[in-house]
Amino acid sequence: MDEEPKTDSEPKLTVSSSPHIYTTESIPKIMYSVVAALMPAFIGALYFFGWRALWLTAIAVLVSIVTEAIIQKFRKVDITVTDGSVIVTGILLAFNLPAGVPWWIPAVGAFFAVAIGKHAFGGLGFNPMNPALLGRAFLMASWPVHMTTDWTNPHGGTLSGLAAITGSTPLAVVKDAMKDISDGVNVEGAQSVLESTRDLYFPLFWGRVGGCIGETSVLLLLIGAIYLFYKRYIPYQIPVAYIGSVIIIAWIFGGEGYFSGDWIFHVLAGGLILGAFFMATDMVTSPSSPKGQWIFGLGCGVITMVIRLVGGYPEGVSYSILLMNLLTPLLDRYTRPKVFGA
Amino acid sequence: MLHILQKTFKGGIHPPENKDISAAKPIERLPLPGYVVIPLQQHIGKLSEALVQAGDDVVTGQPVSKASGFVSLPSHSSISGKVKSIESFPHPLGQKVPSVIIEGDGEDRMSEQIKFQADYMSLPPDEMKRRITEAGIAGMGGATFPTHVKLSPPQDKPIDTVILNGAECEPYLTADHRLMIEHTEEIVEGFRIILRILGVSRGIIAIEKNKPDAIFLFEKFTKDDPNLELLPLKVKYPQGAEKQLIFASTGRRVPAGKLPMEVRCLVHNVGTAKAIYEAVAYQKPLIERVVTVTGAVKEPKNIRARIGTPLRNLIEFCGGFVGTPGKVIMGGPMMGVAQYTIDVPVIKGTSGVVVLPSEQVREMRLQPCINCGRCVKVCPMNIMPNLAATYIENNLWEEAKSAGALDCMECGSCGYVCPAGRNILHNIRFGKFMILEQEKASKN
Repeated sequence: MDEEPKTDSEPKLTVSSSPHIYTTESIPKIMYSVVAALMPAFIGALYFFGWRALWLTAIAVLVSIVTEAIIQKFRKVDITVTDGSVIVTGILLAFNLPAGVPWWIPAVGAFFAVAIGKHAFGGLGFNPMNPALLGRAFLMASWPVHMTTDWTNPHGGTLSGLAAITGSTPLAVVKDAMKDISDGVNVEGAQSVLESTRDLYFPLFWGRVGGCIGETSVLLLLIGAIYLFYKRYIPYQIPVAYIGSVIIIAWIFGGEGYFSGDWIFHVLAGGLILGAFFMATDMVTSPSSPKGQWIFGLGCGVITMVIRLVGGYPEGVSYSILLMNLLTPLLDRYTRPKVFGA
Repeated sequence: MLHILQKTFKGGIHPPENKDISAAKPIERLPLPGYVVIPLQQHIGKLSEALVQAGDDVVTGQPVSKASGFVSLPSHSSISGKVKSIESFPHPLGQKVPSVIIEGDGEDRMSEQIKFQADYMSLPPDEMKRRITEAGIAGMGGATFPTHVKLSPPQDKPIDTVILNGAECEPYLTADHRLMIEHTEEIVEGFRIILRILGVSRGIIAIEKNKPDAIFLFEKFTKDDPNLELLPLKVKYPQGAEKQLIFASTGRRVPAGKLPMEVRCLVHNVGTAKAIYEAVAYQKPLIERVVTVTGAVKEPKNIRARIGTPLRNLIEFCGGFVGTPGKVIMGGPMMGVAQYTIDVPVIKGTSGVVVLPSEQVREMRLQPCINCGRCVKVCPMNIMPNLAATYIENNLWEEAKSAGALDCMECGSCGYVCPAGRNILHNIRFGKFMILEQEKASKN
């Protein structure tokens, strides 16, 4: 009634829009959970590739953090390196490198991933593509020799997993064999190589076959993935659609004739498990509508297999995800769920 | 499909209930306030017209304003005394509203028309409806839509099912729960009156399973009535939202932008049913209601307070604040309205007063969306709150509309789950306002 100045005992109340209570979830909680989920594979990497894995990963993470901090300082915005997202980027970049690359490869890659992949677009939430994968693509384009030949043998195993072949990853071996068959050279040898992929299932599952730092052990990656599912930090639609379509396409088109492909090999080899659970599921660059997530996963699977079976590279996981990242805004726009009662 | 089997809806959240703070506290009557503030607008619809002037003597239950149209309601003096003034006064829903301020004489002299009539059930439906209209009853769950309007569906929209809403899904609030335990029979009678007025034979009493004592009592009072059906619901927010409740109870989907009568349903709150009983059996106007006062107060309580009582009186009756209060919310923490002063009055839709300590108040910041999709998963209206809010942030009104912004019922589930702490609902509310403004402008 009276507009007298309020006394000190009068409470100063905050007025804001509802809701007035909130979840305890936060971006740092999600990001550090992803870091934790990557730890089994990281420990595995230390076992398989030794101190080099630690060294390269540490460089990638450190350069990522420093790059983000410097850019944010220059942009005069809050420095958010503690939210964990840039640490995830650093780890994932390192996980996508061969263990034999020189030290400056992860440094340059991390700088590109964070500066161009993330902050050129406005930082967390605004980057159209997965920064770590963009960093890797940059490295592949700039130093292809390092990126495709600096492999090291994993502890207790060989690069190809096959005793007779050295200097090549299993996917590259299979790709060469397929090419030999279609070219009609060394057909018998190539056929025996294709048949021998069956013997690789267990080595691939444990991680005793060569590859990038973080992608070798399916088992350790799955442990992390299960944790993320349990925390509900990743949607099931994307990995199910991704791996499912890889299985179907590999089975139909991956062999000498139709419906004879070794789909188990295609699931276990290369970076599919790392990509499907940890990179295609990156929240910022994948759709938020469930239908969009199905299509996103399917697209990743199709592009991966097109690259693996007919493209120029033995492996297509990272390019497939990058390409589908670019479709994410459109997928979200055109796969909106039907409004209740509409 | 699974959702209807589980007696619930798709989406929704499970915030901490915090109902045990006050659920066991029997309803206490608040001492008569020294003055009351009766806003001329306590309902959705037209402002009512004052019937009294400064200096007039009024008795408890006497109308102080009359309805100014069909979708409008009278209001009544909730105490006896003298009209001090009619002036613009802070209203709990924001803005200032013309209000009748009455200074009490402490005697609580009752209007003579308030008396019990034993044969109320044999009154003709039109007379029942007249009494409800005169009593000024608005939906007491919080939406405050005039009840007599809901009881007058148009000829071409027949109703076959009425649902009594005892879900009380808002965290903290226990007013409906206490009412259901302490006044079960009156609520059931009020519900029967509703069914009789509408000529409907199917009544569903929907109560969330976290109130087993209420379910038990309603079972007792309704088991011999073939028209009444008791429906325990899954505990989930916002289970008590009209469209979600209708879906859980009947499997019918109210079309977007339409009213429940489209699917032959009506929903009434349990508090409204009790007010209807009192209006018909006693000709008693809506002058008091039960309010849960909880959170950071010394002694949380369920209080029967006269309409127009300043929130200050309720808070003092609970021993005052504990620590430094950060927010005083009228209603629940999910959909309630934060107040800037505790001098605002209890109105017909005040189901609770929740005090949050200052530590629980979050600073409002602009945070980027990380597209995690949690809001999409929980939205009970199945819109994509992330998209709608982002469109609105960028002034893209057409896009926001096509993303379903206007279908938002403002339950706040999106804002609750957002890990980035974005004020999604705040944006959507603003967007709804802007979309409607633009549409108005383009029509003129």
